[in-house]
Amino acid sequence: MSWLDRPASETQIAHRSRLWLYAIAAAVLAFLVLPTIIVVPMSFSASQYLEFPPRQWSLRWYANYVNSASWMQATLTSLKAGALTALVATPLGTMAAYGLFVSRLRWAGAVLPILLTPIIVPVILVGIGVFYAYVRLKLVNTLTGVVLAHSMLAIPLVLMVVTSALKSFDMNQEMVARSLGASRPKAFFLVTMPQIRFSLVTAAVLSFLTSFDEVVVAMFVSGGDNSTLTRNMFNALRDQIDPTIAAISTVMIAISSLLVALAQLFGKSRRRT
Amino acid sequence: MSDRPNAAGLRRDALRERLGLFGLGLPALVLVLVTMILPVGWLFWLSFLADDGSLSLVHYQRLVEQPSYGRIFRATFEISAIATAICVVLGYPLAYVLAQLPLRAANLCMIGVLMPFWTSILVRTYAWLVLLQRQGLVNTWGIKLGLWEQPLALVHNLNGTLIGMVHIMLPFLILPVYGSMRAIDRDYLKAAANLGASPTRAFWLVFLPLSLPGLFAGALIVFILCLGFYVTPAVLGGGKVIMVANRIANDIEIFFNWGAASALGVVLLVLTMIVLYVASRLTQLGRVFGGHGT
Repeated sequence: MSWLDRPASETQIAHRSRLWLYAIAAAVLAFLVLPTIIVVPMSFSASQYLEFPPRQWSLRWYANYVNSASWMQATLTSLKAGALTALVATPLGTMAAYGLFVSRLRWAGAVLPILLTPIIVPVILVGIGVFYAYVRLKLVNTLTGVVLAHSMLAIPLVLMVVTSALKSFDMNQEMVARSLGASRPKAFFLVTMPQIRFSLVTAAVLSFLTSFDEVVVAMFVSGGDNSTLTRNMFNALRDQIDPTIAAISTVMIAISSLLVALAQLFGKSRRRT
Repeated sequence: MSDRPNAAGLRRDALRERLGLFGLGLPALVLVLVTMILPVGWLFWLSFLADDGSLSLVHYQRLVEQPSYGRIFRATFEISAIATAICVVLGYPLAYVLAQLPLRAANLCMIGVLMPFWTSILVRTYAWLVLLQRQGLVNTWGIKLGLWEQPLALVHNLNGTLIGMVHIMLPFLILPVYGSMRAIDRDYLKAAANLGASPTRAFWLVFLPLSLPGLFAGALIVFILCLGFYVTPAVLGGGKVIMVANRIANDIEIFFNWGAASALGVVLLVLTMIVLYVASRLTQLGRVFGGHGT
């Protein structure tokens, strides 16, 4: 009897009679994954129309990208903004998560929804609101402005990741450290932090990606020498299909995947030791 | 108790410590207040100011009187509803299969589901633009395989917008559905079989109802996020698909009309809140998002 004729589980029909279900699932999974992946080989196509599979391979779109001062400037801005956002949002979000989680004051219940608003409010509203405020604060087209706005967008993510880590962490360990004479900060840095390190790295990576991938706020707030990569890409996309963007997309996919993979590796090696 | 100085002191210490801990949240709170709550509050205020600076409802009046605004809101709700429905139809079967795979295999497939989370929306929108254009991969292969004869208009219209939106939103549907399916106790299905239900009947009468809270939560998130979509309609809609967010951006970028844009934004926000509120009354959302199940 082949596996096809066996029931999928004790209470289910045979695999054979629900092959259609597997076909749908596989198709949906392909729909999710393929369009992003297919850009990678296409970016090495020599043709203006980015054929797949490319009839002729070339690096001309990469050459276009690297030789363009404005694309390079924008890439640098985006990397800087992402790194700074991670540096701002991770500690701020972690502090808030720890404070709200440990002090069970009634106000905590009021503060949490405020810190989570950036997920619910439509990003276009955030974009024009921040723009309006920045005009008065003289922060339009500055890196500081972009980093502050992106950090705000990243705080809910950091908060959620770190809070869930704290929930599964046994706070009694910190109590033990403190009863042995460690101050609260010392107990946190020596006992708690090493154990939630993986979540902190995840939070930092998420913050970086939030900024690195963000379009709408950057569109209103960044500009000039401080234009982000996504802002320039978005403007270019509205005009025409520039194949150079395939090369840039590939670079962006590589950067994001590398970060996620690094975070994953980091977490694994920590857990084993 | 308070007459004993020692106890009062201890309580004061405890309170001070908790206030100190609470203070740890202040920097984040200040950042969100300054870059989010205040600016949006400011827009709220602007939406009630006429062009001469006096208090008025002129911007809201225009929203009601001009039929074009009504059309945009209707289109936004329709597009969001269609995209949500497609996500449900595509996402539920995938989540169902994943929930029955061995955990290792399911986790491997989950990388595929989660991949969109770490690839930029812009990159994926661009990918669709390239794939769906007239000389794009989908059209050339579709014609080569004889599925259709003329290049189909797949992009720069509603089709492209919907494809792009569904692609971005699917993971948001699959994750909660998958979570709630994994949490369903298989013994219920055994009980159904014991009582004589066929596998199909057991699915419809037992499994599906038990997975509905997750499905509902996922669909709600998808719908709400769809309402605020901007990038996908702007790029894949080619200017023909105008959702509320696109109109807001146009009002600012082209007409510099802050009052009109603010009023639109306020209405969008309020509608979003209403959807969220009604949904939370209809079901116990807290149970879905909170500790229940996974």
